[in-house]
Amino acid sequence: MSRAARAVRPVLVGLAALLLAGVLWELVKVVVPDTGLHLGEASVLPRTDDVAMPHVWDVAARMLEPETGASGAPSVLVATLHAAWFTLGVSLVGWALGVVGGMVLAVLMQRWSLAESAVLPWVVLSQTVPLVALAPLVVGWGGRLQLGAFAWERWMSVALIASYLAFFPVAVGALRGLKSPTDAQVELFRASAAGWGRTLLSLRLPAAVPHLLPALRLAAATAVVGAIVAEVSTGTRGGIGRLIISYAQAASGDPAKPWAAIVGAAALGLLAAGVVGLLGAGLRRYRHAEVS
Amino acid sequence: MTRTPRAALRLTAAGLGLALALTACSSGGGDAEPAASGSGGEGGLTPVKLQLQWFTQAQFAGYYAALEQGFYEDAGLDVEIVEGGVDIVPQTELANGAVDYAIAWVPKALASREQGAGITDVAQIFQRSGTLQVSFADAGIDSAADLAGKKVGNWGFGNEFELFAGMTAAGLDPATDVTLVQQQFDMNALLSGEIDAAQAMTYNEYAQVLEAENPETGELYRPEDFSVVDWNEEGTAMLQDAIWANSERLASDEEYQETTVAFIKASIQGWVFARDEAEAARDLVVAAGSQLGNSHQLWQVNEVNKLIWPSPDGIGTIDEDLWDQTVEVALTAKNDQGATVITAEPDAEAYTNEYVEQALAELEAEGVDVTGEGFQPLTVTLEAGGA
Repeated sequence: MSRAARAVRPVLVGLAALLLAGVLWELVKVVVPDTGLHLGEASVLPRTDDVAMPHVWDVAARMLEPETGASGAPSVLVATLHAAWFTLGVSLVGWALGVVGGMVLAVLMQRWSLAESAVLPWVVLSQTVPLVALAPLVVGWGGRLQLGAFAWERWMSVALIASYLAFFPVAVGALRGLKSPTDAQVELFRASAAGWGRTLLSLRLPAAVPHLLPALRLAAATAVVGAIVAEVSTGTRGGIGRLIISYAQAASGDPAKPWAAIVGAAALGLLAAGVVGLLGAGLRRYRHAEVS
Repeated sequence: MTRTPRAALRLTAAGLGLALALTACSSGGGDAEPAASGSGGEGGLTPVKLQLQWFTQAQFAGYYAALEQGFYEDAGLDVEIVEGGVDIVPQTELANGAVDYAIAWVPKALASREQGAGITDVAQIFQRSGTLQVSFADAGIDSAADLAGKKVGNWGFGNEFELFAGMTAAGLDPATDVTLVQQQFDMNALLSGEIDAAQAMTYNEYAQVLEAENPETGELYRPEDFSVVDWNEEGTAMLQDAIWANSERLASDEEYQETTVAFIKASIQGWVFARDEAEAARDLVVAAGSQLGNSHQLWQVNEVNKLIWPSPDGIGTIDEDLWDQTVEVALTAKNDQGATVITAEPDAEAYTNEYVEQALAELEAEGVDVTGEGFQPLTVTLEAGGA
């Protein structure tokens, strides 16, 4: 395959996936009755009328129309892009925090098995705390934090919550990766009088890359989800989570509007994972066998 | 005891750490004043944080008007309006010291009080309840009694008690005589016929159904297509948006007491502005970043005005009868889980007219109409999608 074709292919695949999603959406609208599918009293599939599931082209058209009737209101697309940009920034901060936190934990757990048996259960436990319970608490702490000229802002709470989700896959993935060198490899380093630090840098970290890359991608996706949920939960202005809820208030009269923002949120998740994928390109040397 | 240099160093470090921690506590959290501490802030203004229940919208038009029109500044306050979110509980933010004042519904705030939140209702801005139960006119649901055998939507989370009290008062057992359905933010379930009667606020969800297209006519639904049950008429209405203050600081902090009067006064000026200049109030709410449409926001200003005006005793005054009715419903109405809002009568600290009376006296002396006896609501035409 030529180089150009190789570069174009993922774009084409992405477009095809988008098209497929649209076709599936319309197919569901055609096949499932307007009132949805019920088994007895229980609803199995949701309503598919134009209010609950507007046509794909209506959503696309709505994106180009102004957000509100106010003069100077941006189009829904522009508003969505703005919000997505904001959320992307917050998620990246959260992701970076999560990656650093996760890596530090993984190195600690690899170094001392006591730390592993002490910390790992807590790491797993941390992910069972419902985010919606945590978010108002974090905002509450943040609201009272003031260190000199530095004032805690609400987006920082959102980033913190995003990092709380993002650190988990990194910690677990990195730990597996750091432990992946075989005994023979470790013993070779020991026989060469390499200390723990040298072994970490030259053996364990490179060996961890194949485990780490999927973890980083997963962390990017969860950071975006975490940021969106935290925005919804705390009402942080500017982000896409808040935008979806704002638009959803008009869902009965203007059903395409919230869907336009939801499409934006989905695109954001893909973009974040894609950006992290670029990181993988930079670490190609170590990616002999990526583990997922 | 032998004191090596190392031990001394350790002690010093520990002492330093402790001191730092204490400083952090006293400057940051706990029951210390978060914002309104002394005459700091820009140009001698007292910084004040106000927590709303939801995003910027005309439900809070008076506060935004007071901010934009400079009423807060004239009163010596530097007010920051903090928007709410899905999981932000204003009265909790107030009780834990993150903000200075909060807007909250009385029954929800009373429930928080019972769980230990030290908060006091200092101005009852909304004098009426804005909650309706909306159904299609042909469903024949014109009173709470007509809900028998119907599918009844409600939001839960403490928003359902007027409905349950209304049904109980009409002789229905909410657990067996109706089918209860958890409702979403939007009104799609009602419009699609999935539920027979939906919970709606006059200023928000009710407008949403009037902004939706009627598939039979191809035009927007009209008010005559619907029938509403109004809890004010059924006698189970509960008081809603009120300004709540921190009880502990009210009791001990004179400066906070003065700030409270000034804050209530300027907020009332904002609400008077929203009454007299509804369209200007709408514009400044839109400018403050609301993503709801123009006609929807004007509708909301107008409906909120109807909940406030006329206020025969003066806006913000807590009407004892309505307060007692709220407490009565909160004590007796059981929801489908058999829970009541509160289990015991709230103590005397739950509300006070002391500060709002001072604010009203000052405003009356300045010739401001604080009762709105002659208030005439606008007729607002809603556009599709509220645009």
